[in-house]
Amino acid sequence: MTQLVPLLIAVLGGFVLIAAYFSPYTQSWGEKAAIWFDILASIAFVLGGANLLKVHLKNVSDRARGWGYSLIVLVSFLVTLMVGLGKVGVQPSPQFPDSPWSGTYRETGGAFWFFYEYAFKPLTATVFALLAFYVASAAFRAFRAKNTEAVLLLGTAFIILLGRTFAGVLLTSWIDPAVWSGFEHFTGLRIENLTVYIMSVFNTAGNRAIMIGIALGIVATSLRVLLGLDRSYLGRD
Amino acid sequence: MTSFLIDQWWLVVVVVGSVVPLAREFAAHGIEETLRSLDRRWIFVLMFWAVLLPIYYIGVTGQTFPEVPSLLARATFDEIERLREGDAVLMAFDYDPPTEGELGPMATAFTKHAAAKKLKMYFMALVPVGPQMIDNTIDKVIKADYPTLVYGQDYVNLGYKSGNEGVIKVVVTNLRELYTTDARGTALRDLPMMRGIDNIQQMKLIINVSGAYPGTKEWVQYATTPFPALHLVAGCTGVQAPLLYPYIPSQLSGLLGAIKGAAEYEKLVVDKYAGPNPDPKYLEGLRRMGPQLVAHLLIIALIVVANVLQLRDRRRGALR
Repeated sequence: MTQLVPLLIAVLGGFVLIAAYFSPYTQSWGEKAAIWFDILASIAFVLGGANLLKVHLKNVSDRARGWGYSLIVLVSFLVTLMVGLGKVGVQPSPQFPDSPWSGTYRETGGAFWFFYEYAFKPLTATVFALLAFYVASAAFRAFRAKNTEAVLLLGTAFIILLGRTFAGVLLTSWIDPAVWSGFEHFTGLRIENLTVYIMSVFNTAGNRAIMIGIALGIVATSLRVLLGLDRSYLGRD
Repeated sequence: MTSFLIDQWWLVVVVVGSVVPLAREFAAHGIEETLRSLDRRWIFVLMFWAVLLPIYYIGVTGQTFPEVPSLLARATFDEIERLREGDAVLMAFDYDPPTEGELGPMATAFTKHAAAKKLKMYFMALVPVGPQMIDNTIDKVIKADYPTLVYGQDYVNLGYKSGNEGVIKVVVTNLRELYTTDARGTALRDLPMMRGIDNIQQMKLIINVSGAYPGTKEWVQYATTPFPALHLVAGCTGVQAPLLYPYIPSQLSGLLGAIKGAAEYEKLVVDKYAGPNPDPKYLEGLRRMGPQLVAHLLIIALIVVANVLQLRDRRRGALR
């Protein structure tokens, strides 16, 4: 039963969406299936929260390695959840001044807004910004011209890196037909133009090939799922 | 530049002072040996200054590098330019604080452009903190510089819905199935600009600012591909841009890739709509090109140094 019901839902949902795509008469079926998906996605947030609690509560109770971090996760999660759901510090909406919970949870000045603005936003932005440091370090240690392919990759990387800045424009600004009429056939060699050429020709061609390959793979995998041949997504239980 | 260095002498002292230990290492063990066993924290220090100094320089002097808009930036600009006053545009802001550094300037420029053109703006988000990004942009651009625009008549924030591409699949044919209220909880029937809007196909243009998944790729796959009459322009992170080139131009009319794309588009918008002395908030993309330039040059220099060292090692090995 634990295998059959999810399998039937997947097969039914898949075929409904296929039918909805190819026939205008069944378009509303697709909408309904998509709405069910959206409802399930909302419920998945609750499941995700429950799973987070389960994993980290276990870490704390077992005093597992790094349990202190789990404690921080739990406290942060629960406090944010409470101030968000409780709309702590949020003023009532002007439309419904008598209802204390009628304001929006992220209203400026509210506790949730405070957490977002002064904790979530700077922390996530900082973590992402750290990439610049690690990219520089990795470039120094790993980006070596060991063979022809690596040399080509390195050359392309240099052109793109320069072409995405004013340095690229400056370095090849001397290829200017206004200065020497013979240069009009060579403007494509200016770094900013080479960047565009690489992105729109080599990159596009390569990416299209990869995308077509992936699409064919998805079609094959989807068919196996729809026909019940591939049941790996159902898990082992 | 020279006068800047003289005025900010203390900064020069701090920067030089911070790399003195490295210089001493060079003197003690030789440049080549030190570079071979370079502690990565020195690279972090160099990157720190490579980003911070241009930010400070541009902040003090207000100078930015000149930008020449690329064909894609111009295509994006032209796609919005062709719209008429009162045309409906969907502003799908699918990004969050980690990518705000790259995408914030183009979100600001898109909103400025749409507000200046007096388009009707329908904001929505597919990522949980997207509504905060929308609120920030509305506060920064519309409320600050276009106070005559009225919420519910000229712009509306529909907020976030969970379901990723599932949301696109629904709203593209039936918006009301998912959205019954805006982000503030006001019923859509009470918002004048929502009257007669039943699905996204009624939008003259979709403007998407995309941080990752779900984003532009999903808008292409589930909105503009099945409904070719829909037009889409997008701004995305540098990592995403190469993956979106295959959709240009039939499924994606214009694309702004990372801060460079933002700066190019910003220039077009500012030149036409911001007057001779534009507010610095409309020049954020152009200002951020400074740190990008120096950081890119540093990365190139590091790669060159590492490869020169490797080449020398190989030659030595071959001689032995």
